[in-house]
Amino acid sequence: MLVGATRGGASVDARDWGWRHSGRRRWAVSELSLRIEPGERILLLGASGSGKSTLLHALAGVLGGDEEGEQRGTLRVNGAEPGNAKGQVGLVLQDPDSQVILARVGDDVAFGCENIGVPRGEIWRRVQDALEMVGLDVPVGHPTSALSGGQKQRLALAGVLAMQPGLLLLDEPTANLDPVGVREVRESVARVLAHTDSTFIVIEHRVEIWKDLVDRVIVLGADGGVLADGSPSDVLLAQGVALTASGVWVPGVPHTLPIRPPRETGQPTLLSTNSLAIARTRDCVVAENIDLEVPEACALLITGPNGAGKSTLALTLAGLLRPAAGRVVASGALAAGAGSDPIRWKSRQLLSRVGTVFQDPEHQFVAGTVRAELAVGPRALGLSDALLHRRVDDLLERLRLDHLAEANPFTLSGGEKRRLSVATVLATQPRLLVLDEPTFGQDFRTWQEIVALLRDLLDAGTAIVAVSHDADFVAAVADREFRVEGRGSKYDLSAVLP
Amino acid sequence: MSVLTPTRGVRAIDRINPVAKLAAALLLAAVLVLTIDWVSAAVALACEMLLFLWAGLTLRVFLWRTALVWLAAPSTGITTLLYGQASGQEYWSFGLIQVTDGSIDLALATTLRVLAIGLPAVVLFITVDPTDLADGLGQVVHLPARFVLGGLAALRMVGLFIEDWRALGLARRARGVADGAVLRRLGNQTFALLVLSIRRGSKLATAMEARGFGAPIQRTWARSSTFGLREWSLIGIGLMIAVLAVMISVSTGNWNFVFA
Repeated sequence: MLVGATRGGASVDARDWGWRHSGRRRWAVSELSLRIEPGERILLLGASGSGKSTLLHALAGVLGGDEEGEQRGTLRVNGAEPGNAKGQVGLVLQDPDSQVILARVGDDVAFGCENIGVPRGEIWRRVQDALEMVGLDVPVGHPTSALSGGQKQRLALAGVLAMQPGLLLLDEPTANLDPVGVREVRESVARVLAHTDSTFIVIEHRVEIWKDLVDRVIVLGADGGVLADGSPSDVLLAQGVALTASGVWVPGVPHTLPIRPPRETGQPTLLSTNSLAIARTRDCVVAENIDLEVPEACALLITGPNGAGKSTLALTLAGLLRPAAGRVVASGALAAGAGSDPIRWKSRQLLSRVGTVFQDPEHQFVAGTVRAELAVGPRALGLSDALLHRRVDDLLERLRLDHLAEANPFTLSGGEKRRLSVATVLATQPRLLVLDEPTFGQDFRTWQEIVALLRDLLDAGTAIVAVSHDADFVAAVADREFRVEGRGSKYDLSAVLP
Repeated sequence: MSVLTPTRGVRAIDRINPVAKLAAALLLAAVLVLTIDWVSAAVALACEMLLFLWAGLTLRVFLWRTALVWLAAPSTGITTLLYGQASGQEYWSFGLIQVTDGSIDLALATTLRVLAIGLPAVVLFITVDPTDLADGLGQVVHLPARFVLGGLAALRMVGLFIEDWRALGLARRARGVADGAVLRRLGNQTFALLVLSIRRGSKLATAMEARGFGAPIQRTWARSSTFGLREWSLIGIGLMIAVLAVMISVSTGNWNFVFA
């Protein structure tokens, strides 16, 4: 029998189930007992490190064998070991880029069907149905590299739907998407759930997105087991405060930071542009005639649609990308004797002048431990050992990284990586801080910490330029907003929305 | 077209199974490396030039895509001219350099050979879509699907690696570690790219596994890869060019077997 022919939802049974990754002392999941009935729609919550992803990976049968880790208790999908149920379980992961497998949309959706042995004619019928269900209205020959983040996630969803799984698992499917992408994916999932009987489990720390699509919320405890389990309204009411403290965005719970009125104008200018044209690569101008000013102790937020050139503008202001035309001018106070063109500064000269926090923290890690990572900048500046250690220790504590000082930066969680990437830049105390989507994919707790930290820096006189899609973040820190509309935006999302 | 953007055309050459193109190019190369003489290479090159007209490439595209071959051929030729085995009359010498009748012959033969092997390989392969090649290798040659599709998926990541490389360069400048010696910097950055690509690769592997890749089930193929008259004809043409080149070379007494 074809696995794909299974209709209806799958059940899940966990009895005292636990999993420990090999080489770790701590169990990622332990003492988990629960029963999920066929067709239930579940939002899975829990503090970071409570093993939500591990559980989903286990249900999808992709945790690996005995070399990858150790198992306790039993976990069953439709009464069978999850590993044997391939094709019965569909898993969509967080990172849109790492899930695209083939070069064309149709081929990519067909990939799962091929692997589980669906006959050719049947495959293409399923591909059509799946693309229609997720609302991805592009030809099957469309190149997958030309899709936006939201479209890639819907493609991944179509790819697993075509396998007709009885259990549909989404692991933070919208964490890496801008608001338009989030909306697209949510609408797709809503349509899918209306058309199938599949059992559905989603992990997401922004509850608002999924609240109305699920009928049960399960909260995993940080120390194992189930913390809460019930209808969304009951669980959110009973656990709202605890969930908020553990980083979950609970609807109706606003951030606790005081309102910050935008700063009055009149601060001296630190950096300005003069008929600036920006280009990511030579000859590929994305926006031009940009004239802006970044005053001291002020936050300038760069906003605008996808592909308009926000990141390109930020990196150009940061002295990392060469202007395609026009100039970026550093004031005498910022340049401090290094000349007025930031792109001409030496790498070392940038450190105390402009610090850049990249969208993907992994791009900026250059050392083997968190402590060494923080020391890279101060060492390049030639600070004395005593001063260097004081700065590093201070930052470790301030950004709650002290218990991770000897850990490899790449092994940190998303929130920890973000905090470390900000800390590495603060270590050299730059006068201007440039951040690219600093709150992207962050939980509530990290979000509040970043906002509070940036406000402290502003009060201490640091200027900030930040690119953001996050309206709450913009409202919380912006003194000024600069909207990049671009010309010939790479992805026109409005065109694909109904 | 590049490895990053798929290509599929409607011309005859686009529709030929990539496996046949691979076979034809390999066959021609296998015969032409057996000898070093200018006649066999010139005959093969002349026949190929006629066929290139049929490939339907514009001159501009043809020259642009084969530019590397046009550069490589004379440079190997010049090297042979200066350092090749000396025989016959000597025209010029300077240290180790000796230009002789023998080295002139060898240089001409080498240049033509690089062109005769390189040009058809490039022309056949710029019309190959990687997905079609994988389909062919899996269904016609029956290579293991795990190997073929793993390679295909990895190819798609090249675009991400290019972006990673760019971002790494900028990030290193921002971190204050981009002032040192260029070689050392590139070495460090290459290592960082390696780390990132392994991470991307393992994420991709998980995504593939989650879609049943590697399941102990007989796999089906969504796209058929057929091998028929058109494919055999191309291989036949390749064979004919090879045979013609050998015959003329032998009959004119120029055949120069490399293992002799």
